[in-house]
Amino acid sequence: MSVAVPATPTSSIDRPGWRKFVGFNIITGLILAAVGYVIGWYIGKALTGGSYYDYIRENTQENDLALFLAYAFAVIGFIGGMGFLNYPLARMAGRPASLREKESDAGLWKYFNLSTDHKVVGKQYLVGIGVWFFIGGLNAMLIRTELLHNTPSFVGPESYLTIVGLHSVIMLGTLTSAVLGPFANYFVPIMIGSRRMAFPRIEALTFWLLMAAGVILMSTILFGGFPTGWTGYQPLNDQAVMGMDSYIMFFALVGISMVLLGMNMIATIVTMRAPGVTWSRLPIFCWATFVTAVLMVLSAPMLIGTLLMAALDRSIGTSFFISIGGGSSYLFENLFWFFGHPEVYILALPGMGLVLEMLPVFARKPLWGYRIAIAGFLGVGLMSFFVWQHHLFMSGINADLRPFYMLSTEIISIPTGFVFLAFIGTLWRSKITFTVPMLFCMAWAFNFLLGGGTGVVLSDVPTDTQLHGGFFVIAHFHYTIMGGLGFAFVGAIYYYVPKMWGLQLSEKIGKVQFWMMFLSFNATFLPIFALGLKGMARRVVYYPADLETLNRFVSIAAYTLFASMLLLVFNVVYSMIIKRYPAEKNPWKSKGIEWTLPTPVPVANFPEGIPDMTDFDPYDYGVPERGAGAGATAAPAGA
Amino acid sequence: MGEVNHGRRFATLWLICTIIALPIVIWVIGPHMGYGKAATGAEDQAEAMTVLAATATPFMVLVGLFLIYAAIFFRQPKHEALEGPAVRDNAKIQLTWIVVTSITVLAIAVYGSVELISKYGGGSGSGASPLNRPSHVGLKVQVIGQQWQWTYRWPEFGGVETKGIELPVNQMIEFNVTSLDVIHSWTVKELGIKADANPQVNNIAFTEPTKLTPFEVRCTELCGIWHGAMFGYGRVVSDEEFLRWIRAEQVRNAAVIPHLPPFALTYQPQYGGTHHGGFEEPEESESEKREKEQKASGAGA
Repeated sequence: MSVAVPATPTSSIDRPGWRKFVGFNIITGLILAAVGYVIGWYIGKALTGGSYYDYIRENTQENDLALFLAYAFAVIGFIGGMGFLNYPLARMAGRPASLREKESDAGLWKYFNLSTDHKVVGKQYLVGIGVWFFIGGLNAMLIRTELLHNTPSFVGPESYLTIVGLHSVIMLGTLTSAVLGPFANYFVPIMIGSRRMAFPRIEALTFWLLMAAGVILMSTILFGGFPTGWTGYQPLNDQAVMGMDSYIMFFALVGISMVLLGMNMIATIVTMRAPGVTWSRLPIFCWATFVTAVLMVLSAPMLIGTLLMAALDRSIGTSFFISIGGGSSYLFENLFWFFGHPEVYILALPGMGLVLEMLPVFARKPLWGYRIAIAGFLGVGLMSFFVWQHHLFMSGINADLRPFYMLSTEIISIPTGFVFLAFIGTLWRSKITFTVPMLFCMAWAFNFLLGGGTGVVLSDVPTDTQLHGGFFVIAHFHYTIMGGLGFAFVGAIYYYVPKMWGLQLSEKIGKVQFWMMFLSFNATFLPIFALGLKGMARRVVYYPADLETLNRFVSIAAYTLFASMLLLVFNVVYSMIIKRYPAEKNPWKSKGIEWTLPTPVPVANFPEGIPDMTDFDPYDYGVPERGAGAGATAAPAGA
Repeated sequence: MGEVNHGRRFATLWLICTIIALPIVIWVIGPHMGYGKAATGAEDQAEAMTVLAATATPFMVLVGLFLIYAAIFFRQPKHEALEGPAVRDNAKIQLTWIVVTSITVLAIAVYGSVELISKYGGGSGSGASPLNRPSHVGLKVQVIGQQWQWTYRWPEFGGVETKGIELPVNQMIEFNVTSLDVIHSWTVKELGIKADANPQVNNIAFTEPTKLTPFEVRCTELCGIWHGAMFGYGRVVSDEEFLRWIRAEQVRNAAVIPHLPPFALTYQPQYGGTHHGGFEEPEESESEKREKEQKASGAGA
């Protein structure tokens, strides 16, 4: 694999400064998006005979087809303006492949454009995801403010549903890529000894699609919001005002982004490993990424197809999901959860991978149970496709199959247990240094334990009869997703930012931030279990008056949790912009190959050529035990 | 460090903590689990919750205790850079772990399935043709959800329709839950009942109230802006009192009953899709209603 490394930046040197703002970049992208939006809108209007659908709501401009087409053309305009179409169009026209890679652009401007450097895309993702995380968090604060009273008090029932919907959809949609976007894009190619991702343009496309999707989602506010939460159940979906179209378009674009991201990751990990990076020597984070990518590729198309059907129902009056026209609301529930359940493992698995990747560094021990951890990932990934109807235990659908779904759901806790075993085994008799990332790893275990343990109660039909659709479920999945993925994500920020930016985040502020986040997270969600056990339903603005006190406590804890996230932002601003603490090349004394590279990582990752990693072991920690027991084996063989 | 046998010490600690934690989970926390105990199903659910919590306790204690143990005993001493032992796996431990967790999980699944089937769905919505039906159904009630209210029909009392609900104590009751528009979920926490109301689907749930108690009815599936306000109240009463109530409802609704559609397990939904030209009326009335609701909410804000 010989790679021609561009010797010097070529494009931006001999041109005047303003020149870089002209051409295929974000400015053109936004202009073309606006143009596309208007074109799509008018095509939709023309197709439906002007305001054909206005009879539904007399005084509004409801036209779902026009809005769908407007969104679609806007996205096409945006990615065209960003320059994503140049390469395929040039190739189709028979022109040679353009070598104008954007890797050489200097300064901040490159972060606002198509970049084929996986390290730039990783940073773009981290900042982009951070922004959406923040917006999703703000919505959570609005929810908690509304729930200070047991009757509508702050935003009212209609806006409340939109806010609940926005919170959940932002968190489950944009944050699907919270780990694969920033950390896998940045570090997987390095960990496997590759110069780049398999499809660098597609890699960039996944990011910009996600951002475009987010903007489309927020535009729901202009069209009346959507009342369905993240599940978008039919026929409520069909009944809703035009803001629902934003949800559909958003989630479909997220789905496309997920499929592309997943395929890119699979292709990269399968084909671009350097000599010596065998499957049994692949860093555990790459394994988690790989399994997650497979889940993305297999589950997200289901979502895209389902939403296309929903869009057709809404815009041209098909009735896939409308029982009176021969469709079924069950169909939507089934299709949605066939995507929806793998989705929650798409969120959980990368967190496990990150934690197991960081653990050996701070425990000064090799990763214990490497193979059983991989078996855990694969088992979770496989089983995640066989459990979706546990979301429909009360729905009456296939009620006779419930024992099967109960079993499959409970079986999934076995491979999850493997990951815990690897966690325990790695820390057993280790020498732990409690840095900030390590604290987050410990918190991950605690939170995920509670999240997983309560999942067992929910997987049982008789107990689920009490808990389904209530706050217990909310606490359960916040423990697994926020407590699992969220904590791993923040821990990984502390861990990887020194390599990504060459700047160290303050340990002192970090420790304060960790304890604040950990304690307030538990103060928020432990009482929510209690609220669920007392029968508080989800997504309601009216709730029993005797639960008001506990709800107020939860709200205050939630504000503290949000404040702890603001402290993280403060830490980032303080350490990286004001103080700019320079980071060492390898501040954690990690044995991973990514830490042997200079900071900042050169554009070509390995300027001296692809490394030979035949004798390389990313978990080469610890001292061999003399006369070790029969069970202890040597390093994983490169079979 | 000396030769501390961490394995033995940790196992002992785990055993002690589990022995302490189990009675707490069963007898202290247990009674607070399960939010309603006024029906056979609800009691079974509360019991199942305690059983599952007790089963999970040893595992939760194991991991939780380990985190504390590791934080205390597996620390890097200050100003040192020691390395741990380079041990990478242990076949015996891994195998034990797999066997123990698998057996536990299978036991839980069997327990849950037996509970579910032998208790007639345990109060959950079990579809149109439940696997196991009780032989002695004392009363049938149809529950009809629509945006945003519950209506009850009593097929054994001339198909009368009521807004409220009263149920006789100590009788197996069959609920037939359906919807006229979107998906709702009929939940009575005191009776341990939850069944989704789907348009054009009959979803059956069984329960046997055992206590004279007022109860609260809620919708637990998001069904639009007034989902949160879709709640009401009912009572479990004695047989005679129930008959008195339902007879009074029959008399009160005598003029309405002839105008009701004939009793059926499902009804033509009021909502026919966004743009179905073929179905007259429903869209209009539906949208008008929504408009009204929106205006009302706007005025309230």
